Amino acid sequence: MAKYVGQRVKRTEDPRLIKGLAHYVDDIKLPDTLHVSFVRSVYAHARINSIDTSEALKASGVVAVYTGKDVVEKIGPVPCASALPDLKVPDYRVLARDKVFFVGHPIAAVVATDRYLARDATDLVMVDYEDLPAVVDVEAAAKGGTVIHESFGDNVAYKLTAGEGDIEAALASSDHVIKQRVVHQRLAPVAMEPRGVLARYFPGEEELTVWSSTQIPHLLRTQLAIMIGIPENKLRVITPEVGGGFGSKLNVYAEEALLGWIAMQLGKPVKWIETRRENMQATIHGRGQVGYIEIGCKNDGTVTGLRYNVVADLGAYHQLLTPAIPTLTGLMLSGAYKIPAIQINVTGCFTNKMATDAYRGAGRPEATYVVERAMDLVAAEIGIDPAEVRRKNFPAASEFPFHTATGLDYDSGDYEAALNKAQGIIGYAKLREEQKKARDEGRLVGIGISTYVEICALGPSQAMPAGGWESATVRIEPTGKVTIMTGASPHGQGQETSFAQIAADELGVDLNDINVIHGDTGIVQYGIGTFGSRATAVGGTAVLVAIQKLKEKASRIAAHLLQADASRLAFEGGRYSVTAAKAAAAGEVSEPVVPIGEAPAGVLPEPQTNGKSSVTIQDVALAAHLAKELPPDTEPGLSATYFFEPKNFTFPFGTHIVSVEIDRETGDLKFLRYVAVDDCGKVINPMLVDGQLHGGIVQSIGQALYEEVVYDDQGQLVTGTLMDYALPKASQIPWMELDRTETPSPVNPLGVKGVGEAGTIGATPAIVGAIVDALAPLGVKHLDMPVKPETVWRLIQQ
Amino acid sequence: MKKAISINVNGVTHQHEVEPRLLLVHYLREVLGLTGTHIGCETSLCGACTVLLDGQAVKSCTMFSVQADGANITTIEGLAKNGELHPVQQGFWEQHGLQCGYCTPGMIIASAQILERNPNPSQEQIRHGLEGNLCRCTGYQHIVEAVEYAAKKATGSH
Repeated sequence: MAKYVGQRVKRTEDPRLIKGLAHYVDDIKLPDTLHVSFVRSVYAHARINSIDTSEALKASGVVAVYTGKDVVEKIGPVPCASALPDLKVPDYRVLARDKVFFVGHPIAAVVATDRYLARDATDLVMVDYEDLPAVVDVEAAAKGGTVIHESFGDNVAYKLTAGEGDIEAALASSDHVIKQRVVHQRLAPVAMEPRGVLARYFPGEEELTVWSSTQIPHLLRTQLAIMIGIPENKLRVITPEVGGGFGSKLNVYAEEALLGWIAMQLGKPVKWIETRRENMQATIHGRGQVGYIEIGCKNDGTVTGLRYNVVADLGAYHQLLTPAIPTLTGLMLSGAYKIPAIQINVTGCFTNKMATDAYRGAGRPEATYVVERAMDLVAAEIGIDPAEVRRKNFPAASEFPFHTATGLDYDSGDYEAALNKAQGIIGYAKLREEQKKARDEGRLVGIGISTYVEICALGPSQAMPAGGWESATVRIEPTGKVTIMTGASPHGQGQETSFAQIAADELGVDLNDINVIHGDTGIVQYGIGTFGSRATAVGGTAVLVAIQKLKEKASRIAAHLLQADASRLAFEGGRYSVTAAKAAAAGEVSEPVVPIGEAPAGVLPEPQTNGKSSVTIQDVALAAHLAKELPPDTEPGLSATYFFEPKNFTFPFGTHIVSVEIDRETGDLKFLRYVAVDDCGKVINPMLVDGQLHGGIVQSIGQALYEEVVYDDQGQLVTGTLMDYALPKASQIPWMELDRTETPSPVNPLGVKGVGEAGTIGATPAIVGAIVDALAPLGVKHLDMPVKPETVWRLIQQ
Repeated sequence: MKKAISINVNGVTHQHEVEPRLLLVHYLREVLGLTGTHIGCETSLCGACTVLLDGQAVKSCTMFSVQADGANITTIEGLAKNGELHPVQQGFWEQHGLQCGYCTPGMIIASAQILERNPNPSQEQIRHGLEGNLCRCTGYQHIVEAVEYAAKKATGSH
């Protein structure tokens, strides 16, 4: 059994974090740093007649003020990586020029010697606006009215139809066709650390270093190099500690390019730390879809077809992946079910709001919500239990790999096993009996269920805009310490620990002798980054295979040191040994070798191999570095790099069951039980997996009950602070009872699937389903999120 | 017009002349270099900036440093004593009470205060006590367990 993999190993990154000694961007201090503060649009849609910076330039401490005209020729547009056919891509400059298109749109950057003075001077920048009608309602925007980007003629950025099977015939042949409009409200990711950038230019070396709170250091480097026009090999991006991302830092932002460029102009370090208000206005939002479900089924509950017509609220501009998010919704519309015909029709639409983009789940929560709500509607229509409708439509475990009518091949799964386990834990049959009893007493008790599947480990490069592989370098240093450099960019997921677990087992070394380095393009080979529940499945596999490559070389060197044939060596517990048969034949005696790590500091001992029947991998590393005793034609050093390209996505799944009670007097909701059985394939560290699920489920609770980005009809952001945007608090959360099934993925040798987004994908429909079920005696079949007590109370009053 | 202040932070008295509008959190972070105290919302809601001021958990982002003149402050950097982690810090490590770590210093300070007021809190009391601190990563469950762990550790039942 593995010593570390599969174990509840405490995180190696924690000591610095719990002592307050970690370094996020704002914790890095460079001498003579200047501070940037932005003037942002207070209008959703307006013409800029003039900008007067003269007073600001005279203000105390102000060094420079930049507006759109200063940078339009100097800094390229904010990039969009989605390549959809006929996609309209507006020219998104880092500072607005003639018009502003959303509240928070950056107009001017004020640079001063102190952050208070920079902020003061923003008030002195005079912008003369001419207010224009704001486009806020996305369904109206799709039909006509004011055009945001005039050269496009309308507000439709793209239309897309996808899916397999004859949907018309499928719906026509159904016994029932059920229709439902659903709203996936805009959400704000709200990483607890807002964004932040520090940039420093070295004029002699002509090198620029950008520290940014990002999930994608290398992709950011490439894009910033293009935007600013600096050679990519002269640009270094460092992500220090990153205080959460949830997709909001999987992007390339105007401020990142601008800060880099300003540092080059002024020759001094410049820093910008986003305020929470800026974060709510000008960091990407998530979700933002209004859709129409049509689902067909037979009288026995067999689903025949699903159509989803959706208008996606893209916002004013495309950020990195904005238009691609609804395409992920389309891909996942089969859910955990055999649906012979599926069609999605997407209309992506511009509005005068911040861009939507990848927020934890990124298109898949929308799909899961659609499919799971649809299954509940089917169950209600034909009068069978929602669990049974789902069971009836599952593919069997023997049907994997399972091809969906959305064009995917699910890697592995046993959906019924997860459902059975969750039903067992919660005591489903008894729960239904209790519900009946409660209803007889006039109480509003509901049970919600979601049997989700998600798409993870993004992904094969063919399906990704900028490479879907991940990289790792593993190196054993002369003193025997192990350095791992991963192209993934963890920011809370704990891969400094889980990757060390993988490596410690493979190399037979102590976990604490491994250092996992990430998030510095000056040190780490190119990588793709952390998003899409990919880091362990793709990046962890790269670590594993890099180690295997390293060990091939190590075993050749070990054989040479032991004067044995490599085929006769066994590797166990970090030690190469000549197999017993050979050792006995040669009359050799096995004895322990002094670990290299125990040598006095400053002295590199000779590898202790003479007359030994075994050597440690640390001995081999030292020999590889000294290079005096290597097999012929062997490169010195002991390191290996591997770029892992997955052949498919992975498809984690599970069942969440939740029971709730609603207070008739107040409409308030009380959680009774929350049970989640998730299958994310093989588990490296169960404690970390639980943590990911807890966090994801609570973000789902946020979407289901509390959170909503609200713009008023003038396009003003009403939820501009955490006073108005309601994040779930500790006291509002039920105890989550977690369990697992474990179906390994065949896509990677670790057998892992990914778990970063499962909670956000699986939980929401279960919670909404439970509320709808509680209110079913009142004739309620569907409710839009967030389901607020006020909404429920009004329903009860009717 | 700068004003002279004297503040004891983590057992060391500091004297500085500061602008009256300088926030306490910026004094701690920028003037003293104690960057373990974070800023997450500027509106007193997220609690990332929580410190102990004369034994009371306060949000240092909505307090001026001049208001702390003469006070004793404990920040996350001052919580461990003689190199030994505070029981709450141990609890957060043992129970995986943190992921990205950004809310963590404030969470730990707030949790320490909960235990000071009630050495054996129920889960409900812990959750209530943490209402002023937001975490976006953990879903709070492991934080609740971390505080329970610390309570047991502090009362010697661990």
